[in-house]
Amino acid sequence: MAVQISLQINGRTVEAEVQPNLLLVDFLRQEQRLTGTHVGCDTAQCGACTIHLDGRAVKSCAILTVQADGARITTIEGLASGAELHPMQRAFHRHHGLQCGFCTPGMVMAGVSIAENHGTPDPAVIRAELEGNLCRCTGYHNIVKAIAAGAREMAGRS
Amino acid sequence: MPDQIKGGVHQAVVHDSAAVHVSGQAVFVDDMAEPRDLLHAYIGVSERPHAKIRQLDLAAVGAAEGVCCVVSAGDIAGQNDISPTHTMDEPVFAEAATEFIGQPLFAVAAQTRDQARRAVRLAAVEYSDLPAVLDLEAALADETLVVPAMELKRGDADAEIAAAAHSLKGKIRIGGQEHFYLEGQVSMAVPGEGDEMTLYCSTQHPTEIQQSVARVLGLAANAVNVRTRRLGGAFGGKETQAAMFATVAALIARKTGRPVKIRPDRDDDMVMTGKRHDFMAEYEVGFDDDGHILGVRYRLASNCGYSADLSEAINRRALFHLDNCYYLPSAAMKGLPLKTNRPSNTAFRGFGGPQAMLVAERVIDEIAFALGQDPLEIRRRNFYGSSERNITPYHQTIEDNVIPEIVSELAESADYVGRRAEIARYNSDSPWLKKGIALTPVKFGIAFTTKYLNQAGALVHVYTDGSIHLNHGGTEMGQGLMTKVAQVVAEEFQVDLDHVKITATSTDKVPNTSATAASSSSDLNGMAARQAAQTIKARLIDFAAKQYELPPDQIEFLPNRVRVGNQEFPFPDLVHQAYMARVSLSATGFYKTPKIHFDRQTGRGRPFYYFAYGAAVSEATIDTLTGEYRIDRVDILHDVGRSLNPAIDLGQIEGGFIQGVGWLTSEELVWGEAGELLTHAPSTYKIPVCSDRPRDFRMKLLEGAANRENTIYASKAVGEPPLMLAISVLHALSDAVASVGGHRVCPRLDPPATPECILAAVERVRSAAGHD
Ligand code: FES
Ligand code: FES
Repeated sequence: MAVQISLQINGRTVEAEVQPNLLLVDFLRQEQRLTGTHVGCDTAQCGACTIHLDGRAVKSCAILTVQADGARITTIEGLASGAELHPMQRAFHRHHGLQCGFCTPGMVMAGVSIAENHGTPDPAVIRAELEGNLCRCTGYHNIVKAIAAGAREMAGRS
Repeated sequence: MPDQIKGGVHQAVVHDSAAVHVSGQAVFVDDMAEPRDLLHAYIGVSERPHAKIRQLDLAAVGAAEGVCCVVSAGDIAGQNDISPTHTMDEPVFAEAATEFIGQPLFAVAAQTRDQARRAVRLAAVEYSDLPAVLDLEAALADETLVVPAMELKRGDADAEIAAAAHSLKGKIRIGGQEHFYLEGQVSMAVPGEGDEMTLYCSTQHPTEIQQSVARVLGLAANAVNVRTRRLGGAFGGKETQAAMFATVAALIARKTGRPVKIRPDRDDDMVMTGKRHDFMAEYEVGFDDDGHILGVRYRLASNCGYSADLSEAINRRALFHLDNCYYLPSAAMKGLPLKTNRPSNTAFRGFGGPQAMLVAERVIDEIAFALGQDPLEIRRRNFYGSSERNITPYHQTIEDNVIPEIVSELAESADYVGRRAEIARYNSDSPWLKKGIALTPVKFGIAFTTKYLNQAGALVHVYTDGSIHLNHGGTEMGQGLMTKVAQVVAEEFQVDLDHVKITATSTDKVPNTSATAASSSSDLNGMAARQAAQTIKARLIDFAAKQYELPPDQIEFLPNRVRVGNQEFPFPDLVHQAYMARVSLSATGFYKTPKIHFDRQTGRGRPFYYFAYGAAVSEATIDTLTGEYRIDRVDILHDVGRSLNPAIDLGQIEGGFIQGVGWLTSEELVWGEAGELLTHAPSTYKIPVCSDRPRDFRMKLLEGAANRENTIYASKAVGEPPLMLAISVLHALSDAVASVGGHRVCPRLDPPATPECILAAVERVRSAAGHD
């Protein structure tokens, strides 16, 4: 039995009929074609599928689409304003915070959330907060650096 | 005008895909727009490690909701084989018997991935079990080999060991490693007209996928095109392992005439695919009073899994790295590539080299404990020389040795001696927490040890607006290969990097390529691309010289412009003039590594073009009550020649090092008694997380280190060597453990050194020291 839902995705109102067992990540990737949100582990452990749901960073592979009914969702595609990248995106770009890039969207979304919760956190806080996001290519060094820089830029802007 | 192009060689340019990665626009295979009538495939696998398949009843599978197609061995028109070296021991689908848990038996395609996944579970398989060889110990007893045993020999090791003042023997067990590429295996097959088939595949080896698909479908290679724009990590795990998924997608696409995508779930991916080989090595060494090695005897047994795959080359590279940086006056080395009923172990960053280096370093440690010396001192005494003591056990003369210099500089900058003394003081005041420190070196041979693989091709077009299209045989898996090769082309033409367009690796543009592997892809593809660019450049020079009646040396490529005698043209202007004069602006390039050769029969030759060197000092603290530990500080000095891109190279060093730390500490593959992988998800298989990173981490590239061989802009390969710098962490942990026995007993800490292992080693050392 399909369920009718209504939610906001990247500032757009979306009405949809979805199966009750459809994972949010599949809804975003397949039905909304927002493929920047990646699937790394399928089991809520790698963080590649991290998005913001009502302002909190969550793993979209661990949530049913119906649970997002009425929610406000931001994905990696919704972070930039037009052509201008979000400060956290700019920081990952400038500080070489990626190699294969598969973890990057999740890392950026987690980074924004860390900055929102901690202001301008020091590296130890970032490391602890990033426990749920795996990267197999880098040694996390430039990711931490990028998040610290992005957080500083976010703080300066607001 | 600026006097330097933006993004030439040696510049710390950001990764070419950085912008699309941070914005979520990068397209991985699973992100591609799905063709309208796409089917989703899933593979049904064996639940027994070794059994006759008495019956495979797929009626219920075919009748399941949404299922359109079921295929098994009988549906293969060509050969039921994807063995990469044509050993014919790796079927797409097992037919008469199954040889490991997770081996493909059949596949289904359905309207949705979920339907396909549910359907595969409905198969009724009747097995009759056969005796299974489930681990290395059993394999050693069984002694079935997947490829012949191999040997290296220099001098009379037995006599030297017997005559030596000291000798000792031991054993080391080395764990395997799951690649855990963050993007799992994925392929999409799209049938074209007639017999044509296009594959979009996350693979390090598009040519091999092309050949496998052609072989399985019974087609000529020219009917199959494989495209790979990027991979979400690979590390060796998508060199041969991608073939089982690509061929299944292609088979179903052929049968149904519809596009087919396949992406196993992470757990299934981990169960089905091969990993880093686990090894068991026995060593015997003879040495003098000063700790100089006089002779070694090594027996290196590796767990290859059920088929040959790349195990021959992996075992060969392992034998080639049993010396690491140390001169062995006499050596007898034997490699045993053993068969087990496990997934076929495969390439993984380092390709047998890391396991061998662990053995070499263990032996150094043993000597140091036997003589009561600092291991670093023993290392130094045994380093290869420059003009003497420079012949390897495979009879290659080392011509570029820089390890003594690297180790001196690093020991100095990391204050090894001062910190060792400080740690000794700390340990004597600290009852439960103990610290350790170690410096270990790396020497890694560069070139595929299979000679014919050391070739590469490239294709460069210059369009009439001066923009450049670049294609070559290497694949981008995050290592920055595309960026580096584009820098080379920009440098050749002296145009800014953003004029060079990087395009997807594709078997219809550059054919007959080798895998992106062996760290050598920048070396090979960079050279091939440079040659293509030089061909076009030569034509442009020739054209301008004739057109303006000047000697060729009056034509000069300056940043974004060309000087022709006394006048200068913007690059696109000259290109356009050449086009109007009917000059070809497209060229292929080709490169083959010079100097290399190796005779497998005699075990002699020069398998490596050159060596990459590095060293690391690690300091760690262990808790002797729980076995838990942390890495306090790491200092690395690594040789990348003249770096093509220092930002990318530092990223490779750091990433490789951390991946090596994971392998040697937290990443433990656990198999159940029935032969099943128990650690098949990141919940139980622990790759390093952000907080595992050493608190204090210092990395430096060796300065003034131009490659002595003629490589691309004097750079050196960097993909694999840094992984082995992590051996310093294992030895730092071992040093901390040794402190509980007053450094009298060698801890013989086998990797992965999980907290449980550390705790057991502490107990072992304590009681052994107590009985002394
Ligand atoms: S895919 Fe969601 S956490 Fe890994
Ligand atoms: S950059 Fe590859 S997983 Fe993070």
